[in-house]
Amino acid sequence: MLDVQKIREDFPILKREVNGKPLVYFDNAATSQTPQVVIDAIVDYYSNYNANIHRGVHTLSQEATDAYEIARKKVQKHFNAKHTHEIILTSGTTHSINIVATSFTHILKKGDEIIVSALEHHSNIVPWQMLSERSGAVLKVIPINEEGELLMDVYDQLLSEKTKLVFTNHISNALGTINPIEEIIQKAHKVGAAVLIDGAQSCPHIKPDVQELDVDFYVASAHKLCGPTGVGLLYGKEEWLNKLPPYQGGGEMIDQVTFEKTTYAGLPHKFEAGTPNICGGIAFGIALDYMNEIGFDEIAEYENELLAYGTKKLLEIEGLRIYGTSKNKTSVISFNLEGIHPYDIGSIVDKLGVAVRTGHHCAQPIMDFYQIPGTIRASFSFYNTKEEIDILVEAVKKAKMMLL
Amino acid sequence: MSIQEIQEEIVDEFSMFDDWMQRYEYMIDLGKSLPLIEEKYKIEENIIKGCQSKVWVHAEMKNDKIEFTADSDAIITKGIIAILIRVFSGQHPKDIMDADTAFIDEIGLKEHLSPTRANGLVSMIKQLKMYAIAYQTQLN
Repeated sequence: MLDVQKIREDFPILKREVNGKPLVYFDNAATSQTPQVVIDAIVDYYSNYNANIHRGVHTLSQEATDAYEIARKKVQKHFNAKHTHEIILTSGTTHSINIVATSFTHILKKGDEIIVSALEHHSNIVPWQMLSERSGAVLKVIPINEEGELLMDVYDQLLSEKTKLVFTNHISNALGTINPIEEIIQKAHKVGAAVLIDGAQSCPHIKPDVQELDVDFYVASAHKLCGPTGVGLLYGKEEWLNKLPPYQGGGEMIDQVTFEKTTYAGLPHKFEAGTPNICGGIAFGIALDYMNEIGFDEIAEYENELLAYGTKKLLEIEGLRIYGTSKNKTSVISFNLEGIHPYDIGSIVDKLGVAVRTGHHCAQPIMDFYQIPGTIRASFSFYNTKEEIDILVEAVKKAKMMLL
Repeated sequence: MSIQEIQEEIVDEFSMFDDWMQRYEYMIDLGKSLPLIEEKYKIEENIIKGCQSKVWVHAEMKNDKIEFTADSDAIITKGIIAILIRVFSGQHPKDIMDADTAFIDEIGLKEHLSPTRANGLVSMIKQLKMYAIAYQTQLN
């Protein structure tokens, strides 16, 4: 059983006040908070061994290189990739998706098809639309039902030998729905299509095993996993990463350069042009250690408890509707109050110290599906408490009273 | 009244409130009482970009002065618009162009002024001033 009071001690930000009230942080689906060990790692890097990596022979550079490569190994181990060089450290999920989408430009032909789910974040829609425009491949969409679940029978119909790529998130950021990615991957492979899974939302709750999933590409961000912003990963199967052309040119990614011809470095450096976020990468490794020490099974169990409690308490408010009601969902509650704009609720609960997200959550197609301008989204993490949920519920009630 | 005088009047009104809740309640009331924009002006091209809630603004010239009407689907945003309309509607384009908007800070709505703030108060002011520039060009 997870000791939430002890865990809260690890997060200095949870002690602060907002608008004179203790902070209640429920915007975890956007960015998780940072434990002291990660902050210490960042300070330690800049205080003691800040240097560029992979080239200097001096001690600082070697220490920084070692620490960065240890972090890559931690990422490999956490996601259970077969090889360390299958882990490309990027600036985050969006960057990772763009690497794959850009690199596929010359692999796809006109008339090929790519499939995306209707539950995607804009970052997992727009790069593929751009790829579709460049390559002439057709973009198809797996629709959802009222509960916010993918219609898998339609997916079956969309798949054909023309399908070359399928991409979906593991968990919807706007609704919290957990998608059946095992089935999506298996079925795509049957028609010879590659699959990219956006794990940005699932990583904080579920520890994925990329080999067991047999997924071709898997992307995620450190800042949802108690790590810093500006770091993430692209996992790709070795054979795919070898097949794809480099994404950006620059230092680090080369083997030999002459003005006549450049040969590229091997994996993972081929996709890591330029000086990376060294400190961020190292801190990402420490964040994974921290979360693994708590344990993902314990985290999931506790967050499910918060989800059940929050759902029950919020539904006691008259006129409140929750969007995304799948039985398979994580600790994200997206809701609206009848007759009130989500922005109004968000503004008032912020004044009461509660941080929630309002708006379309970068998932406009989902909002269009429900014909709403947006929702209020409360997303819980393992350091949140039931008492904080009570504060949210009271704040929403107060907002309702003021606004109606 | 001049823009300056109206702003001072608003600052006076807001100075009576002790806390944010009273200020918000007042804005919500203002929002509820904002005269409605004519339905025919609630069209895509009158929407101000950069707001999390929808904001429509319509402007027309009457006797060398600009009359603004507006609406929003969010009530707090509507309250903010009501304040802006009270300040700027019925004024000469040149005066609107030159107007300082520091009073927003004084009435405790500074948090709405940040350019990244989703309600786009900055976008609203910019849009009202754009209308003023456009009409001023016509007058010249």
